[in-house]
Amino acid sequence: MLTVRNLHVRYGRSVAALHGIDLDVPDDGVLAVLGSNGAGKSTLLRTISGTLRLHRGTVSGGEVRYGERRIDRLDPAAIVGLGVVGVPEGRQIFARMSVDENLRAGGIGARSAEDRARARERVHELFPVLAERARQRAGLLSGGEQQMLAIGRALMAGPKLLLLDEPSLGLAPKIVERIAGIIREIHQQGTAVVLVEQNAVMALQVADQAVVLETGTVALAGSAAELSASEEVQRLYLGGHAESDTAAEEEAALARRQRVGARGLSRWTG
Amino acid sequence: METFVQLVVNGFGKGAVFALLALGFVVIFKATEVVNFAHGSLVLFGGYLVVATRETLGWAGAAVLGVVSAGVLALLVERLLLSRSRLADPFSLALLTIGVDVIITEEIVRRLGVSLPFIGDAWDAQPVQVGGVTLFRTHLVAMVVATVLITAFFIAFRYSNWGVAMRAQAENKEAAALVGIRSSRVTATAWLVAGLLAGVAVLFIATQDFSGAGLSRGTHSIALAAFPAAILGGLDSTAGAIVGGLTVGLVDALSTHYVSFAFAKSAVFLVMLVVLVVRPSGLFGTRESTRV
Repeated sequence: MLTVRNLHVRYGRSVAALHGIDLDVPDDGVLAVLGSNGAGKSTLLRTISGTLRLHRGTVSGGEVRYGERRIDRLDPAAIVGLGVVGVPEGRQIFARMSVDENLRAGGIGARSAEDRARARERVHELFPVLAERARQRAGLLSGGEQQMLAIGRALMAGPKLLLLDEPSLGLAPKIVERIAGIIREIHQQGTAVVLVEQNAVMALQVADQAVVLETGTVALAGSAAELSASEEVQRLYLGGHAESDTAAEEEAALARRQRVGARGLSRWTG
Repeated sequence: METFVQLVVNGFGKGAVFALLALGFVVIFKATEVVNFAHGSLVLFGGYLVVATRETLGWAGAAVLGVVSAGVLALLVERLLLSRSRLADPFSLALLTIGVDVIITEEIVRRLGVSLPFIGDAWDAQPVQVGGVTLFRTHLVAMVVATVLITAFFIAFRYSNWGVAMRAQAENKEAAALVGIRSSRVTATAWLVAGLLAGVAVLFIATQDFSGAGLSRGTHSIALAAFPAAILGGLDSTAGAIVGGLTVGLVDALSTHYVSFAFAKSAVFLVMLVVLVVRPSGLFGTRESTRV
């Protein structure tokens, strides 16, 4: 169980990124964290994974616990050791290393050689392409394959809680579908997931609980079904907002039909 | 022809030593993005311990102690000074290493006083005849030792967990932290390895064969040639460090003979400048060398 209580985070002296976040992720849960750019989604994940300091951020109030342990003061390696492992935004695979070496790097945090072997087997089952391309330079993989490698690399550490930061970013809708399927499968195998997404459609399909962040606070929280049905989420994330691929397409089509002039997308996702 | 063979062997012998220094330099840069200007003082420190303990331990024991001490000093510099300011700009950390360099160097130079001890007892001033050519034993041993150490380094760098962790961190610090790689451990071992290599290098530099001068401020300035070696090879390339080291050694040996001893020093830097004009990130480098 991951518990976040009254969490305040700031960057430097003055920039407050989170003010008073509360949320829970049970051991068998998938929590979707929605919100627009700058709402604090990545900051939340950085705080949980302990990488906040690399971005010069500090926890100025509240706490994060995993089980009984308070983890907001631990270093990232210790947090991985407890079973909380992150997949960073933009994949950030080790592009100059081979696919296999990327997985090996992910396994350095694993407890034992057997755990590592088991994890590798699981990763190869989930992503056969990573076994096929084991010796290839990771930077030469396609975007979707790189995302799979980033997830596979995290699974090598044997996570009990997986933190995913925008896994759909920049991927074609078909690949996003596959990634969603894989997240579901990982969850069914007994790993809890925190899924940060701008693609609300995808995230709400996969998650059982969801929160919406707005300027550093939780604006909405509830089950994924409740949030999908809520008017505000409909308006902001599922219908009239250009943040998610499908929504952007719908909006673009609508704009064309109504000839209200060309409205640019707010984000380039190619 | 015989002279030329001799010069090339000299060049490679010196180059092998510069390669050891440049490799350490590059390893530190890769792990931490810090340009370690204290490298010369690590060299002097290792050499000084050989001088100080040779009487009691015998040369071989003193040599081992010197190598280990240079490694430990590097580790201490990292643990006590750099790791405490991990988030500081790499540029200010580089300046910090200049401070360390001045303090250690001046203290050792002061302690040495007027003595300029040679410390390559096992190989110094024992020329070897091969065919009609006279070769310095120091250069031959240096080549063998450097080959062994560099090969061992590359095997570890390529295949061991340490190597994987090191390369992962060099490429992406945040991603490495996220998968549980202990960045402090990677950084500490990088400094340790660099210090050990510097400790080995000094056993060849402070000799009659290599420089004609014993351990002194001159040793420090010879070690400085590791900078152009690392930079022309590409600051973030381990293979580049080896090529850079050998290039510097050859340029040094050839220009000393064909032009003059005084010119040799600037020749090395001229070659570096030419390389940087053509390839701004060095021969094998992948990043902008403006990072310094």
